Amino acid sequence: MVMQLTAKQSIFLPRIAQIVRVDSLSDREKVFEFVFDDGKELGHKPGQFVEVSIFGVGEAPISVTSSPTHKGSFELAVRAAGSLTNHLHTLGKGAKVGIRGPFGNGFPLDTLKGQDLLFVAGGIGLFPLRSLINYVMDTRQDFGEVTTLFGCRSPQERIFLDQLDTWNSSKDMCFLETVDRVPDDSWKGNVGVITTLFPKINIDPKKTYAIVVGPPVMYRFVIAECLKKGLAEDHIIMSLERRMKCGVGKCGHCQINGVYCCQEGPVFTYAQVKSLKEAV
Amino acid sequence: MQNRVISRQDLAGFVDDLIKTKSAGDVIGIKAQGNKFNFGPLKSATELRLDYDISLLPPKKYFFPQQETVLKYEVEPAFKVEPVVEERMLCIIGVHPFDIRALQLFDAVYGGNNPDPNYFLKRNNATIIGVDCLNPIPKSFAASMGTNTVEEGFDLMLTDLGGDWFVTVGSNRGDSMMKKYGKGREATNVDLEKRNKVRRDAAKKYKTSLKMKPDEIPALLDANWESPVFKERSATCFSCGSCVMVCPTCVCFDVQDDPALNLKGGERYRRWDACMLPGFAAVASGENFREHKEQRFRHRMYRKGKYLLERYKYLGCVGCGRCGTSCLADIALPADTYNLLKEGK
Ligand SMILES: Cc1cc2nc3c(=O)[nH]c(=O)nc-3n(C[C@H](O)[C@H](O)[C@H](O)COP(=O)(O)OP(=O)(O)OC[C@H]3O[C@@H](n4cnc5c(N)ncnc54)[C@H](O)[C@@H]3O)c2cc1C
Ligand code: SF4
Ligand code: SF4
Ligand code: FES
Repeated sequence: MVMQLTAKQSIFLPRIAQIVRVDSLSDREKVFEFVFDDGKELGHKPGQFVEVSIFGVGEAPISVTSSPTHKGSFELAVRAAGSLTNHLHTLGKGAKVGIRGPFGNGFPLDTLKGQDLLFVAGGIGLFPLRSLINYVMDTRQDFGEVTTLFGCRSPQERIFLDQLDTWNSSKDMCFLETVDRVPDDSWKGNVGVITTLFPKINIDPKKTYAIVVGPPVMYRFVIAECLKKGLAEDHIIMSLERRMKCGVGKCGHCQINGVYCCQEGPVFTYAQVKSLKEAV
Repeated sequence: MQNRVISRQDLAGFVDDLIKTKSAGDVIGIKAQGNKFNFGPLKSATELRLDYDISLLPPKKYFFPQQETVLKYEVEPAFKVEPVVEERMLCIIGVHPFDIRALQLFDAVYGGNNPDPNYFLKRNNATIIGVDCLNPIPKSFAASMGTNTVEEGFDLMLTDLGGDWFVTVGSNRGDSMMKKYGKGREATNVDLEKRNKVRRDAAKKYKTSLKMKPDEIPALLDANWESPVFKERSATCFSCGSCVMVCPTCVCFDVQDDPALNLKGGERYRRWDACMLPGFAAVASGENFREHKEQRFRHRMYRKGKYLLERYKYLGCVGCGRCGTSCLADIALPADTYNLLKEGK
């Protein structure tokens, strides 16, 4: 059993990164751009996550929202939800944090190559999905038709507005969005939950993979719509959230039945998720 | 490797030698603690209680301490982060076979793809001297789990033959320790048969048993996800987590920061955590994936009887009986639940 290990291989040791830019996305969300002190790349795949450390506060798992096609830095988009994420929101340019990872399997790029893609993002589910969408847009010739559906609760909760505009006007993507409800009549777009966009799209179920990221309630309804469109269960891909303390398959917090979400996940096909209890 | 037989006196001399020379590192042994037993630093062989029934806490605490610093950081004057990995050389005397089996599961969990130096820098240098359990507690069902004896995972295994001790040698390290000490004699087939009889007699003393073969548990669980047994049995659960805290196979932890008072630095530590506590699977968005106690209770039963086996090839329960003994509601013992499921109740 003897394993030659040194303290330097500590599973808890983060690399140090500096914030080089902070942009506000909404009342509760900001996007942070980071550069590692050692100048190295993060080396992630879309759909992977990192553990962000603020020393004295703790760690939290956050998806990488930038695409690996973007070099030299990486971005994390963060909703202020609790102690670490609120503290991160108080940090500005020049502040240092610890980063461990990237962790998790990420989206199955090899499977997706050459296929038609249907992206479905609910709220901040766009954070992890944005990495893949931008990756696909940057290597557009490798993929077939691309359709993106984005839904959030109200116009105020829309995030990455420039990005949404770009996608909306792009000839390389069919982009549709909706909001659940509107406070006044300043919003001219679709109103209704995200499933109301499904009748408006045309996809070839044989060639299409749906990549769905959002809150647990959204999965139940969106998966039903995908199945109705004729997508096979292993053509529906989702990313699941769990409590995660280590990211390396030790702490046990991320278990879904016998599956460790930080190791085998966070990206799963619906065919896999269906066989798990307590998954969504 | 040659098994040996040594007298009580020579065994005491062997232990005192280890304590004095520290040739195998700091010596830890099973000792009395009030009217119970626990592992602790050994000052003399006379403290050893190899006749013990169960230790309050399993010996995993020496490789995976209740609380362990894993990082030190400074934010002022300069930004600095360093791993903290305590390396220790230990000799643990008096480990029961089922606790040895539990350590084998730990090795699998803490090894694998991302081996954990905090665990292995203590575990790799450890000498394990086991002892066969001749006085099982009423809640232990190790005999029916096949964990009342082990063939590997120790350097030496002691069996009380009444007058003398049989020493089963389990590793080259154990072999050279015995050879170096030199006392006693080589074991014969007659001695070996005596040892086996002592073990067979001890196996009969177990008052609790699993009413099936252990390898039937996964299929039993597969067929019973919806069984009312989980809800009924967990109705009186206090969600206190005691069953997890005493368990030799519970591997999970939480990570927290402890800033120094001047806030210029501090430590990050990990500590034991328990899937029976309500917040274990709660996430910041407000979801709690095992919000209800019956979900947590069921998860623990599946974890012990199926999930860990499928992942690491070792069952997550070794039948030591500690959980059942420490549970105020008397519902924690996996064998009780599995037996109920088997009876179809
Ligand atoms: C793979 C993955 C990717 C993620 N990606 C992103 C991302 O890109 N952007 C993003 O903003 N978020 C993301 N998250 C969510 C993010 O990890 C959480 O918001 C974050 O961990 C919150 O940490 P915190 O310290 O701020 O909150 P905490 O202070 O830890 O917790 C806040 C809330 O969590 C719950 N909670 C915490 N501890 C307990 C407990 N013991 N008992 C009960 N409830 C408890 C409570 O609801 C509490 O109010 C991701 C999560 C995962 C697993
Ligand atoms: S099963 Fe017993 S020991 Fe475990 S959490 Fe419930 S009451 Fe506590
Ligand atoms: S679950 Fe209970 S009986 Fe099984 S190993 Fe853990 S403490 Fe011992
Ligand atoms: S996050 Fe610790 S095991 Fe997955």
